[in-house]
Amino acid sequence: MNIMNKVMSNKWIIFLYTLPAILLIAVLILIPLFLSGYFGLMKWDGIGAMEFIGLDNYIVALQDAKFWQSAKHSFLLAIFSGLSLIGYLAVALILASKLKGTNLLRKIYLIPMLLSSVAIAQLWIKVYNPSNGMLNSILMSLGVDNPPAWLADNDLVLFAIFVPIIWQYAGFYILIYYAALKNIPESLIEAAKIDGASPLQIAMKIKIPLVMNVFKVTIVLSFVGSLKYFDLIYVMTGGGPNGASEVMASYMYKLAFSSYDFGYGSAIGFLLLIITLIVTIVVRRATANNEEIQY
Amino acid sequence: MRRLGLTILYICLGLVAVFQIFPIIWLFTFSLKTNQEIFAGNPFALPLDPKWENYLKVFEGGIGTYFWNSIWITVVATVLTVLIASMATFAITRMRWKLSGLVLGIIMMGLMIPIHSALIPLYNMFLNVNLIDNPLSIVITYVTYNLPITVMILYGFYTTIPREIEEAAIIDGSSIHRMFFSIILPISMPIMSTTVIINMIYNWNEFVFVNTFISSDKYKTLTVGIQNFIGQYMTDWGAIGATLVISVLPIIIAFLFFSNKIMEGITASAVKG
Repeated sequence: MNIMNKVMSNKWIIFLYTLPAILLIAVLILIPLFLSGYFGLMKWDGIGAMEFIGLDNYIVALQDAKFWQSAKHSFLLAIFSGLSLIGYLAVALILASKLKGTNLLRKIYLIPMLLSSVAIAQLWIKVYNPSNGMLNSILMSLGVDNPPAWLADNDLVLFAIFVPIIWQYAGFYILIYYAALKNIPESLIEAAKIDGASPLQIAMKIKIPLVMNVFKVTIVLSFVGSLKYFDLIYVMTGGGPNGASEVMASYMYKLAFSSYDFGYGSAIGFLLLIITLIVTIVVRRATANNEEIQY
Repeated sequence: MRRLGLTILYICLGLVAVFQIFPIIWLFTFSLKTNQEIFAGNPFALPLDPKWENYLKVFEGGIGTYFWNSIWITVVATVLTVLIASMATFAITRMRWKLSGLVLGIIMMGLMIPIHSALIPLYNMFLNVNLIDNPLSIVITYVTYNLPITVMILYGFYTTIPREIEEAAIIDGSSIHRMFFSIILPISMPIMSTTVIINMIYNWNEFVFVNTFISSDKYKTLTVGIQNFIGQYMTDWGAIGATLVISVLPIIIAFLFFSNKIMEGITASAVKG
Protein backbone atom coordinates (compact mmCIF):
# COMPACT_ATOMS: atom_id res chain seq x y z
CA MET A 1 0.00 0.00 0.00
CA ASN A 2 2.96 2.26 0.44
CA ILE A 3 3.56 2.36 -3.24
CA MET A 4 -0.11 3.25 -3.76
CA ASN A 5 0.14 6.16 -1.34
CA LYS A 6 3.32 7.33 -2.93
CA VAL A 7 1.98 7.22 -6.45
CA MET A 8 -1.31 8.84 -5.57
CA SER A 9 0.26 11.74 -3.74
CA ASN A 10 2.73 12.63 -6.48
CA LYS A 11 2.87 16.43 -6.25
CA TRP A 12 3.95 16.91 -9.83
CA ILE A 13 0.99 14.97 -11.20
CA ILE A 14 -1.44 16.85 -8.96
CA PHE A 15 0.02 20.12 -10.14
CA LEU A 16 -0.16 19.11 -13.78
CA TYR A 17 -3.74 17.87 -13.62
CA THR A 18 -5.19 20.82 -11.75
CA LEU A 19 -3.13 23.57 -13.34
CA PRO A 20 -5.22 24.18 -16.48
CA ALA A 21 -8.46 24.46 -14.50
CA ILE A 22 -6.98 26.62 -11.74
CA LEU A 23 -5.18 28.88 -14.17
CA LEU A 24 -8.24 29.48 -16.33
CA ILE A 25 -10.52 30.11 -13.38
CA ALA A 26 -8.03 32.41 -11.68
CA VAL A 27 -7.26 34.46 -14.78
CA LEU A 28 -10.68 34.61 -16.39
CA ILE A 29 -13.02 34.57 -13.38
CA LEU A 30 -11.37 35.52 -10.09
CA ILE A 31 -8.97 38.24 -11.22
CA PRO A 32 -11.62 39.96 -13.37
CA LEU A 33 -13.94 40.10 -10.35
CA PHE A 34 -11.32 41.96 -8.33
CA LEU A 35 -10.44 44.14 -11.31
CA SER A 36 -14.08 45.07 -11.64
CA GLY A 37 -14.02 46.53 -8.14
CA TYR A 38 -10.76 48.28 -8.94
CA PHE A 39 -11.90 49.71 -12.30
CA GLY A 40 -14.93 50.97 -10.42
CA LEU A 41 -12.62 53.44 -8.70
CA MET A 42 -11.64 54.98 -12.03
CA LYS A 43 -12.97 57.47 -14.47
CA TRP A 44 -12.34 55.61 -17.67
CA ASP A 45 -13.76 55.33 -21.18
CA GLY A 46 -12.21 51.94 -21.88
CA ILE A 47 -9.62 53.25 -24.30
CA GLY A 48 -7.84 56.28 -22.82
CA ALA A 49 -5.98 56.59 -19.55
CA MET A 50 -7.67 55.82 -16.26
CA GLU A 51 -8.11 58.52 -13.71
CA PHE A 52 -8.42 57.54 -10.07
CA ILE A 53 -11.54 59.09 -8.53
CA GLY A 54 -11.91 57.07 -5.36
CA LEU A 55 -15.39 55.97 -4.40
CA ASP A 56 -17.13 58.54 -6.61
CA ASN A 57 -18.62 55.96 -8.98
CA TYR A 58 -20.02 53.96 -6.09
CA ILE A 59 -21.45 57.09 -4.47
CA VAL A 60 -23.01 58.13 -7.76
CA ALA A 61 -24.46 54.63 -8.16
CA LEU A 62 -26.15 54.80 -4.77
CA GLN A 63 -27.86 58.04 -5.83
CA ASP A 64 -28.57 56.91 -9.37
CA ALA A 65 -32.33 56.56 -9.79
CA LYS A 66 -31.83 54.44 -12.91
CA PHE A 67 -29.68 51.99 -11.01
CA TRP A 68 -32.23 51.66 -8.23
CA GLN A 69 -34.98 51.24 -10.77
CA SER A 70 -33.08 48.44 -12.48
CA ALA A 71 -32.34 46.84 -9.10
CA LYS A 72 -36.03 47.03 -8.24
CA HIS A 73 -36.94 45.27 -11.50
CA SER A 74 -34.33 42.59 -10.86
CA PHE A 75 -35.74 41.95 -7.40
CA LEU A 76 -39.32 41.93 -8.70
CA LEU A 77 -38.33 39.26 -11.21
CA ALA A 78 -36.60 37.33 -8.44
CA ILE A 79 -39.72 37.42 -6.28
CA PHE A 80 -41.97 36.42 -9.19
CA SER A 81 -39.60 33.58 -9.99
CA GLY A 82 -39.57 32.44 -6.39
CA LEU A 83 -43.37 32.42 -6.25
CA SER A 84 -43.71 30.58 -9.53
CA LEU A 85 -41.77 27.68 -8.00
CA ILE A 86 -44.91 26.77 -6.06
CA GLY A 87 -46.76 26.28 -9.33
CA TYR A 88 -43.97 24.12 -10.74
CA LEU A 89 -44.01 21.99 -7.60
CA ALA A 90 -47.77 21.53 -7.98
CA VAL A 91 -47.35 20.37 -11.57
CA ALA A 92 -44.55 18.02 -10.53
CA LEU A 93 -46.74 16.55 -7.78
CA ILE A 94 -49.43 15.72 -10.34
CA LEU A 95 -46.85 14.43 -12.78
CA ALA A 96 -45.23 12.13 -10.22
CA SER A 97 -48.47 10.61 -9.02
CA LYS A 98 -48.29 7.48 -11.17
CA LEU A 99 -50.11 8.85 -14.18
CA LYS A 100 -49.42 7.43 -17.62
CA GLY A 101 -47.56 9.38 -20.29
CA THR A 102 -45.65 11.52 -17.83
CA ASN A 103 -42.31 10.75 -19.44
CA LEU A 104 -43.42 12.37 -22.68
CA LEU A 105 -44.95 15.31 -20.83
CA ARG A 106 -41.75 16.00 -18.90
CA LYS A 107 -39.88 16.09 -22.20
CA ILE A 108 -42.35 18.47 -23.77
CA TYR A 109 -42.14 20.74 -20.74
CA LEU A 110 -38.38 20.84 -20.98
CA ILE A 111 -38.01 21.81 -24.66
CA PRO A 112 -38.11 25.62 -24.19
CA MET A 113 -35.29 25.37 -21.64
CA LEU A 114 -32.98 24.04 -24.34
CA LEU A 115 -33.45 26.93 -26.74
CA SER A 116 -31.16 29.95 -26.66
CA SER A 117 -32.47 32.97 -24.83
CA VAL A 118 -31.97 34.93 -28.04
CA ALA A 119 -34.23 32.61 -30.00
CA ILE A 120 -36.77 32.64 -27.18
CA ALA A 121 -36.67 36.43 -27.07
CA GLN A 122 -37.11 36.74 -30.83
CA LEU A 123 -39.94 34.24 -30.83
CA TRP A 124 -41.78 36.06 -28.03
CA ILE A 125 -41.26 39.41 -29.71
CA LYS A 126 -43.36 37.87 -32.47
CA VAL A 127 -45.86 36.39 -30.03
CA TYR A 128 -46.32 39.87 -28.53
CA ASN A 129 -46.37 41.75 -31.84
CA PRO A 130 -49.22 44.26 -31.39
CA SER A 131 -50.98 43.75 -34.72
CA ASN A 132 -49.93 40.33 -36.01
CA GLY A 133 -48.58 38.43 -33.03
CA MET A 134 -50.01 35.16 -31.81
CA LEU A 135 -51.31 36.59 -28.56
CA ASN A 136 -53.15 39.57 -29.99
CA SER A 137 -54.50 37.52 -32.92
CA ILE A 138 -56.09 35.22 -30.37
CA LEU A 139 -57.32 38.12 -28.25
CA MET A 140 -58.83 39.88 -31.25
CA SER A 141 -60.58 36.74 -32.43
CA LEU A 142 -62.04 36.50 -28.93
CA GLY A 143 -63.47 39.97 -29.42
CA VAL A 144 -60.94 42.14 -27.62
CA ASP A 145 -60.90 45.36 -29.61
CA ASN A 146 -57.75 47.09 -28.50
CA PRO A 147 -55.32 44.52 -27.19
CA PRO A 148 -52.28 46.11 -25.54
CA ALA A 149 -48.93 46.65 -27.25
CA TRP A 150 -47.31 44.46 -24.62
CA LEU A 151 -43.63 45.24 -24.96
CA ALA A 152 -44.17 48.93 -25.63
CA ASP A 153 -46.37 49.42 -22.58
CA ASN A 154 -44.55 50.81 -19.53
CA ASP A 155 -46.87 49.09 -17.09
CA LEU A 156 -47.10 45.73 -18.80
CA VAL A 157 -43.61 45.19 -20.13
CA LEU A 158 -42.10 43.60 -17.02
CA PHE A 159 -45.01 41.23 -16.72
CA ALA A 160 -44.82 40.47 -20.45
CA ILE A 161 -41.16 39.57 -20.07
CA PHE A 162 -41.85 37.38 -17.11
CA VAL A 163 -44.09 35.05 -19.14
CA PRO A 164 -41.32 33.79 -21.46
CA ILE A 165 -39.07 33.46 -18.41
CA ILE A 166 -41.64 31.10 -16.88
CA TRP A 167 -41.94 29.41 -20.25
CA GLN A 168 -38.19 28.89 -20.39
CA TYR A 169 -37.63 27.60 -16.85
CA ALA A 170 -40.85 25.74 -15.99
CA GLY A 171 -39.64 22.44 -17.44
CA PHE A 172 -36.34 22.71 -15.62
CA TYR A 173 -37.87 23.08 -12.15
CA ILE A 174 -40.62 20.55 -12.85
CA LEU A 175 -37.92 18.06 -13.85
CA ILE A 176 -35.96 18.67 -10.66
CA TYR A 177 -39.01 18.32 -8.42
CA TYR A 178 -40.13 15.26 -10.31
CA ALA A 179 -36.76 13.58 -9.75
CA ALA A 180 -36.90 14.44 -6.05
CA LEU A 181 -40.47 13.15 -5.73
CA LYS A 182 -39.55 9.91 -7.45
CA ASN A 183 -36.81 9.44 -4.88
CA ILE A 184 -39.34 9.10 -2.08
CA PRO A 185 -39.57 5.39 -1.22
CA GLU A 186 -42.82 3.87 -2.42
CA SER A 187 -43.20 2.07 0.92
CA LEU A 188 -43.73 5.36 2.77
CA ILE A 189 -46.59 6.33 0.52
CA GLU A 190 -48.09 2.85 0.60
CA ALA A 191 -48.00 2.90 4.39
CA ALA A 192 -49.82 6.23 4.46
CA LYS A 193 -52.43 4.91 2.05
CA ILE A 194 -53.03 1.89 4.25
CA ASP A 195 -53.52 4.26 7.16
CA GLY A 196 -56.25 5.91 5.11
CA ALA A 197 -54.51 9.14 4.09
CA SER A 198 -56.03 10.99 1.13
CA PRO A 199 -53.89 11.93 -1.88
CA LEU A 200 -53.95 15.55 -0.72
CA GLN A 201 -52.82 14.57 2.77
CA ILE A 202 -50.05 12.42 1.31
CA ALA A 203 -48.90 15.35 -0.80
CA MET A 204 -49.01 17.90 2.03
CA LYS A 205 -47.79 15.76 4.92
CA ILE A 206 -45.33 13.40 3.24
CA LYS A 207 -44.26 14.38 -0.24
CA ILE A 208 -43.79 18.13 0.18
CA PRO A 209 -41.88 17.89 3.46
CA LEU A 210 -39.62 15.25 1.94
CA VAL A 211 -38.71 17.39 -1.10
CA MET A 212 -38.33 20.54 0.98
CA ASN A 213 -34.54 20.34 0.83
CA VAL A 214 -34.58 20.31 -2.94
CA PHE A 215 -37.18 23.07 -2.94
CA LYS A 216 -34.90 25.25 -0.83
CA VAL A 217 -32.01 24.70 -3.22
CA THR A 218 -34.22 25.79 -6.10
CA ILE A 219 -35.27 28.93 -4.22
CA VAL A 220 -31.61 29.94 -4.09
CA LEU A 221 -31.13 28.97 -7.73
CA SER A 222 -34.11 30.91 -9.00
CA PHE A 223 -33.57 33.95 -6.81
CA VAL A 224 -29.91 34.34 -7.60
CA GLY A 225 -30.47 33.38 -11.23
CA SER A 226 -33.08 36.12 -11.57
CA LEU A 227 -30.70 38.79 -10.35
CA LYS A 228 -28.43 37.91 -13.28
CA TYR A 229 -31.11 37.86 -15.99
CA PHE A 230 -29.82 39.50 -19.11
CA ASP A 231 -30.01 37.83 -22.54
CA LEU A 232 -33.75 37.57 -22.84
CA ILE A 233 -34.46 41.09 -21.62
CA TYR A 234 -31.63 42.66 -23.58
CA VAL A 235 -32.89 41.13 -26.83
CA MET A 236 -36.61 41.56 -26.20
CA THR A 237 -36.75 45.16 -25.05
CA GLY A 238 -33.21 46.42 -24.51
CA GLY A 239 -34.47 47.55 -21.10
CA GLY A 240 -37.13 49.80 -22.62
CA PRO A 241 -39.49 51.47 -23.01
CA ASN A 242 -37.94 54.26 -20.95
CA GLY A 243 -36.13 51.85 -18.69
CA ALA A 244 -39.38 50.13 -17.70
CA SER A 245 -37.76 46.72 -18.10
CA GLU A 246 -34.16 47.62 -17.28
CA VAL A 247 -32.45 45.16 -14.93
CA MET A 248 -29.07 45.45 -13.21
CA ALA A 249 -27.16 43.43 -15.80
CA SER A 250 -28.67 45.23 -18.78
CA TYR A 251 -28.00 48.61 -17.17
CA MET A 252 -24.37 47.69 -16.57
CA TYR A 253 -24.02 46.41 -20.13
CA LYS A 254 -25.38 49.61 -21.61
CA LEU A 255 -23.13 51.80 -19.51
CA ALA A 256 -20.07 49.88 -20.63
CA PHE A 257 -20.73 48.92 -24.21
CA SER A 258 -23.11 51.61 -25.42
CA SER A 259 -22.00 54.68 -23.43
CA TYR A 260 -18.38 53.54 -23.02
CA ASP A 261 -18.46 54.50 -19.38
CA PHE A 262 -16.20 51.64 -18.32
CA GLY A 263 -15.42 53.04 -14.89
CA TYR A 264 -19.03 53.49 -13.84
CA GLY A 265 -20.04 50.27 -15.61
CA SER A 266 -17.41 48.38 -13.62
CA ALA A 267 -18.72 49.89 -10.40
CA ILE A 268 -22.26 48.72 -11.25
CA GLY A 269 -20.88 45.30 -12.22
CA PHE A 270 -19.10 45.08 -8.89
CA LEU A 271 -22.25 46.11 -7.01
CA LEU A 272 -24.10 43.40 -8.91
CA LEU A 273 -21.55 40.89 -7.60
CA ILE A 274 -21.85 42.16 -4.02
CA ILE A 275 -25.66 42.16 -4.16
CA THR A 276 -25.70 38.64 -5.61
CA LEU A 277 -23.35 37.34 -2.93
CA ILE A 278 -25.31 38.98 -0.11
CA VAL A 279 -28.61 37.67 -1.47
CA THR A 280 -27.14 34.19 -1.88
CA ILE A 281 -26.02 34.17 1.74
CA VAL A 282 -29.28 35.63 3.05
CA VAL A 283 -31.49 33.25 1.07
CA ARG A 284 -29.31 30.28 2.03
CA ARG A 285 -29.54 31.27 5.70
CA ALA A 286 -33.27 31.84 5.50
CA THR A 287 -33.85 28.43 3.94
CA ALA A 288 -31.15 26.55 5.82
CA ASN A 289 -32.06 23.51 7.82
CA ASN A 290 -30.06 21.01 9.76
CA GLU A 291 -32.19 17.98 9.25
CA GLU A 292 -30.70 15.38 7.02
CA ILE A 293 -33.40 13.17 5.53
CA GLN A 294 -32.67 9.48 5.79
CA TYR A 295 -34.90 6.79 4.44
CA MET B 1 -65.38 10.24 -9.02
CA ARG B 2 -61.85 8.93 -9.34
CA ARG B 3 -62.11 9.07 -13.09
CA LEU B 4 -63.27 12.69 -12.96
CA GLY B 5 -60.29 13.56 -10.75
CA LEU B 6 -57.91 11.90 -13.16
CA THR B 7 -59.42 13.73 -16.10
CA ILE B 8 -58.98 17.07 -14.36
CA LEU B 9 -55.34 16.25 -13.59
CA TYR B 10 -54.71 15.30 -17.20
CA ILE B 11 -56.33 18.49 -18.40
CA CYS B 12 -54.05 20.53 -16.13
CA LEU B 13 -50.96 18.72 -17.40
CA GLY B 14 -52.19 19.00 -20.97
CA LEU B 15 -52.68 22.76 -20.68
CA VAL B 16 -49.14 23.18 -19.42
CA ALA B 17 -47.91 21.07 -22.33
CA VAL B 18 -49.84 23.20 -24.83
CA PHE B 19 -48.42 26.37 -23.31
CA GLN B 20 -44.90 24.94 -23.53
CA ILE B 21 -45.10 23.56 -27.04
CA PHE B 22 -47.48 25.83 -28.88
CA PRO B 23 -45.18 28.83 -29.44
CA ILE B 24 -42.63 26.48 -31.00
CA ILE B 25 -45.19 24.91 -33.32
CA TRP B 26 -46.40 28.38 -34.23
CA LEU B 27 -42.79 29.30 -35.06
CA PHE B 28 -42.43 26.28 -37.37
CA THR B 29 -45.66 27.10 -39.16
CA PHE B 30 -44.99 30.77 -39.71
CA SER B 31 -41.50 30.03 -40.97
CA LEU B 32 -43.28 28.39 -43.91
CA LYS B 33 -45.82 31.12 -44.57
CA THR B 34 -45.92 34.36 -46.50
CA ASN B 35 -46.63 37.62 -44.74
CA GLN B 36 -50.16 37.69 -46.16
CA GLU B 37 -50.88 34.26 -44.71
CA ILE B 38 -49.44 35.21 -41.33
CA PHE B 39 -51.16 38.56 -41.06
CA ALA B 40 -54.56 37.59 -42.42
CA GLY B 41 -54.92 34.04 -41.25
CA ASN B 42 -55.40 32.63 -37.82
CA PRO B 43 -52.27 31.59 -35.91
CA PHE B 44 -53.42 27.99 -35.62
CA ALA B 45 -53.60 27.36 -39.37
CA LEU B 46 -51.06 25.11 -41.04
CA PRO B 47 -49.28 26.61 -44.05
CA LEU B 48 -51.36 25.69 -47.12
CA ASP B 49 -48.51 25.87 -49.55
CA PRO B 50 -45.27 25.66 -47.50
CA LYS B 51 -42.82 28.37 -48.49
CA TRP B 52 -39.49 26.55 -48.36
CA GLU B 53 -38.09 29.59 -50.19
CA ASN B 54 -37.93 31.28 -46.79
CA TYR B 55 -35.20 28.83 -45.79
CA LEU B 56 -33.43 29.18 -49.11
CA LYS B 57 -33.43 32.94 -48.69
CA VAL B 58 -31.86 32.67 -45.25
CA PHE B 59 -29.13 30.32 -46.47
CA GLU B 60 -28.39 32.61 -49.40
CA GLY B 61 -28.20 35.47 -46.93
CA GLY B 62 -25.18 33.71 -45.40
CA ILE B 63 -26.42 32.04 -42.24
CA GLY B 64 -24.08 29.16 -43.09
CA THR B 65 -21.06 31.03 -41.69
CA TYR B 66 -22.74 31.58 -38.33
CA PHE B 67 -23.88 28.00 -38.30
CA TRP B 68 -20.37 26.70 -38.94
CA ASN B 69 -18.89 29.00 -36.29
CA SER B 70 -21.42 27.77 -33.76
CA ILE B 71 -20.53 24.18 -34.58
CA TRP B 72 -16.77 24.39 -34.36
CA ILE B 73 -16.69 26.69 -31.34
CA THR B 74 -19.18 24.45 -29.53
CA VAL B 75 -17.22 21.30 -30.31
CA VAL B 76 -13.75 22.64 -29.51
CA ALA B 77 -14.84 24.32 -26.28
CA THR B 78 -16.77 21.24 -25.16
CA VAL B 79 -13.88 18.84 -25.75
CA LEU B 80 -11.45 21.11 -23.89
CA THR B 81 -13.84 21.72 -21.00
CA VAL B 82 -14.59 18.06 -20.43
CA LEU B 83 -10.91 17.07 -20.67
CA ILE B 84 -9.67 19.79 -18.34
CA ALA B 85 -12.52 19.24 -15.91
CA SER B 86 -11.92 15.47 -15.91
CA MET B 87 -8.24 15.95 -15.13
CA ALA B 88 -8.99 18.38 -12.31
CA THR B 89 -11.75 16.18 -10.89
CA PHE B 90 -9.43 13.18 -11.01
CA ALA B 91 -6.70 15.01 -9.10
CA ILE B 92 -9.20 16.39 -6.58
CA THR B 93 -11.05 13.16 -5.86
CA ARG B 94 -8.48 10.43 -6.40
CA MET B 95 -5.08 11.91 -5.56
CA ARG B 96 -4.07 12.47 -1.94
CA TRP B 97 -3.20 16.02 -1.01
CA LYS B 98 -4.18 18.53 1.60
CA LEU B 99 -5.45 21.38 -0.56
CA SER B 100 -7.90 19.36 -2.66
CA GLY B 101 -10.89 20.74 -0.78
CA LEU B 102 -9.72 24.30 -1.23
CA VAL B 103 -9.15 23.84 -4.96
CA LEU B 104 -12.60 22.30 -5.33
CA GLY B 105 -14.05 25.27 -3.45
CA ILE B 106 -12.31 27.76 -5.73
CA ILE B 107 -13.61 25.99 -8.83
CA MET B 108 -17.14 25.83 -7.41
CA MET B 109 -17.13 29.54 -6.63
CA GLY B 110 -17.41 30.05 -10.35
CA LEU B 111 -20.98 28.74 -10.15
CA MET B 112 -22.20 31.71 -8.16
CA ILE B 113 -20.76 34.73 -9.84
CA PRO B 114 -22.72 36.87 -12.28
CA ILE B 115 -20.74 36.99 -15.53
CA HIS B 116 -21.56 40.66 -15.93
CA SER B 117 -19.35 41.46 -12.98
CA ALA B 118 -16.36 40.08 -14.87
CA LEU B 119 -17.29 41.30 -18.32
CA ILE B 120 -15.49 44.66 -18.49
CA PRO B 121 -12.19 43.36 -17.08
CA LEU B 122 -12.39 40.37 -19.43
CA TYR B 123 -12.99 42.66 -22.37
CA ASN B 124 -10.05 44.80 -21.32
CA MET B 125 -7.76 41.79 -20.90
CA PHE B 126 -8.61 40.44 -24.33
CA LEU B 127 -8.13 43.89 -25.80
CA ASN B 128 -4.64 44.06 -24.29
CA VAL B 129 -3.58 40.71 -25.73
CA ASN B 130 -5.25 41.34 -29.10
CA LEU B 131 -7.90 38.69 -28.70
CA ILE B 132 -10.89 40.96 -29.21
CA ASP B 133 -12.66 39.90 -32.40
CA ASN B 134 -10.78 36.63 -32.31
CA PRO B 135 -12.71 33.37 -31.78
CA LEU B 136 -10.01 32.18 -29.39
CA SER B 137 -11.35 34.59 -26.76
CA ILE B 138 -14.75 32.94 -27.05
CA VAL B 139 -13.38 29.41 -26.83
CA ILE B 140 -11.31 30.01 -23.70
CA THR B 141 -14.10 31.91 -21.97
CA TYR B 142 -16.56 29.12 -22.72
CA VAL B 143 -14.12 26.53 -21.40
CA THR B 144 -13.48 28.51 -18.22
CA TYR B 145 -17.05 29.41 -17.40
CA ASN B 146 -18.31 25.85 -17.97
CA LEU B 147 -15.59 24.22 -15.86
CA PRO B 148 -17.41 24.62 -12.51
CA ILE B 149 -20.64 22.97 -13.63
CA THR B 150 -18.72 20.22 -15.43
CA VAL B 151 -16.56 19.46 -12.40
CA MET B 152 -19.68 19.44 -10.26
CA ILE B 153 -21.39 16.84 -12.45
CA LEU B 154 -18.26 14.69 -12.72
CA TYR B 155 -17.43 14.93 -9.03
CA GLY B 156 -20.17 12.61 -7.78
CA PHE B 157 -19.15 9.85 -10.14
CA TYR B 158 -15.42 10.15 -9.48
CA THR B 159 -15.89 9.72 -5.74
CA THR B 160 -17.58 6.37 -6.36
CA ILE B 161 -14.79 4.79 -8.41
CA PRO B 162 -13.48 1.83 -6.37
CA ARG B 163 -9.91 2.16 -5.08
CA GLU B 164 -9.22 -1.40 -6.21
CA ILE B 165 -9.26 -0.33 -9.83
CA GLU B 166 -6.42 2.12 -9.23
CA GLU B 167 -4.53 -0.34 -7.05
CA ALA B 168 -4.71 -3.02 -9.70
CA ALA B 169 -3.45 -0.59 -12.33
CA ILE B 170 -0.55 0.58 -10.19
CA ILE B 171 0.45 -2.94 -9.16
CA ASP B 172 0.51 -3.79 -12.86
CA GLY B 173 3.06 -1.02 -13.20
CA SER B 174 0.86 1.47 -15.04
CA SER B 175 1.75 5.16 -14.81
CA ILE B 176 -0.84 7.62 -13.52
CA HIS B 177 -1.26 9.10 -16.97
CA ARG B 178 -1.97 5.71 -18.43
CA MET B 179 -4.33 4.89 -15.63
CA PHE B 180 -6.19 8.16 -16.18
CA PHE B 181 -6.44 7.94 -19.94
CA SER B 182 -6.96 4.21 -20.42
CA ILE B 183 -8.94 3.28 -17.30
CA ILE B 184 -10.54 6.26 -15.54
CA LEU B 185 -11.69 8.15 -18.62
CA PRO B 186 -13.25 5.07 -20.27
CA ILE B 187 -15.14 4.03 -17.14
CA SER B 188 -16.41 7.58 -16.68
CA MET B 189 -17.84 7.55 -20.19
CA PRO B 190 -21.53 7.68 -19.16
CA ILE B 191 -21.13 10.72 -16.92
CA MET B 192 -18.73 12.31 -19.40
CA SER B 193 -21.30 12.04 -22.15
CA THR B 194 -23.76 13.82 -19.88
CA THR B 195 -21.33 16.70 -19.39
CA VAL B 196 -20.62 16.78 -23.13
CA ILE B 197 -24.29 17.27 -23.90
CA ILE B 198 -24.80 19.89 -21.22
CA ASN B 199 -21.73 21.79 -22.42
CA MET B 200 -22.87 21.63 -26.01
CA ILE B 201 -26.24 23.12 -25.15
CA TYR B 202 -24.65 25.91 -23.10
CA ASN B 203 -22.09 26.75 -25.76
CA TRP B 204 -24.55 26.59 -28.63
CA ASN B 205 -26.86 29.02 -26.84
CA GLU B 206 -24.31 31.43 -25.39
CA PHE B 207 -24.88 35.07 -26.27
CA VAL B 208 -23.19 37.67 -24.05
CA PHE B 209 -19.57 36.74 -24.65
CA VAL B 210 -19.92 36.55 -28.42
CA ASN B 211 -21.92 39.74 -28.49
CA THR B 212 -19.22 41.53 -26.48
CA PHE B 213 -15.96 40.10 -27.80
CA ILE B 214 -16.73 39.52 -31.48
CA SER B 215 -17.50 42.25 -33.98
CA SER B 216 -16.75 40.70 -37.40
CA ASP B 217 -19.53 38.81 -39.08
CA LYS B 218 -17.15 36.06 -40.11
CA TYR B 219 -16.61 35.03 -36.46
CA LYS B 220 -20.11 35.45 -35.12
CA THR B 221 -22.08 32.46 -33.93
CA LEU B 222 -25.77 31.85 -34.53
CA THR B 223 -27.08 33.52 -31.39
CA VAL B 224 -25.56 36.85 -32.36
CA GLY B 225 -25.79 36.26 -36.09
CA ILE B 226 -29.54 35.79 -36.04
CA GLN B 227 -29.81 39.22 -34.45
CA ASN B 228 -28.28 40.72 -37.62
CA PHE B 229 -30.52 38.65 -39.82
CA ILE B 230 -33.64 39.61 -38.03
CA GLY B 231 -32.67 43.26 -38.14
CA GLN B 232 -32.27 43.01 -41.87
CA TYR B 233 -35.52 41.09 -42.48
CA MET B 234 -37.43 43.53 -40.30
CA THR B 235 -40.86 42.84 -41.79
CA ASP B 236 -40.35 39.50 -43.50
CA TRP B 237 -41.79 37.18 -40.88
CA GLY B 238 -41.25 34.04 -42.92
CA ALA B 239 -37.50 34.68 -43.18
CA ILE B 240 -37.27 35.52 -39.49
CA GLY B 241 -39.11 32.32 -38.63
CA ALA B 242 -36.80 30.30 -40.86
CA THR B 243 -33.76 31.90 -39.22
CA LEU B 244 -35.01 30.99 -35.76
CA VAL B 245 -35.91 27.45 -36.77
CA ILE B 246 -32.43 26.91 -38.22
CA SER B 247 -30.89 28.12 -34.98
CA VAL B 248 -32.98 25.91 -32.69
CA LEU B 249 -33.31 22.80 -34.85
CA PRO B 250 -29.96 21.19 -33.94
CA ILE B 251 -30.82 21.41 -30.24
CA ILE B 252 -34.29 19.98 -30.76
CA ILE B 253 -32.89 17.13 -32.86
CA ALA B 254 -30.25 16.44 -30.21
CA PHE B 255 -33.03 16.36 -27.63
CA LEU B 256 -34.99 13.79 -29.63
CA PHE B 257 -31.99 11.47 -29.54
CA PHE B 258 -30.50 12.19 -26.13
CA SER B 259 -33.43 13.35 -24.04
CA ASN B 260 -32.66 11.00 -21.16
CA LYS B 261 -29.02 12.08 -21.01
CA ILE B 262 -30.04 15.71 -21.18
CA MET B 263 -32.61 15.34 -18.42
CA GLU B 264 -30.08 13.48 -16.29
CA GLY B 265 -27.48 16.19 -16.84
CA ILE B 266 -29.87 19.01 -16.04
CA THR B 267 -31.02 17.30 -12.86
CA ALA B 268 -27.45 16.59 -11.79
CA SER B 269 -26.32 20.12 -12.50
CA ALA B 270 -29.05 21.64 -10.37
CA VAL B 271 -29.71 19.52 -7.35
CA LYS B 272 -26.20 19.16 -6.07
CA GLY B 273 -25.78 22.92 -6.00
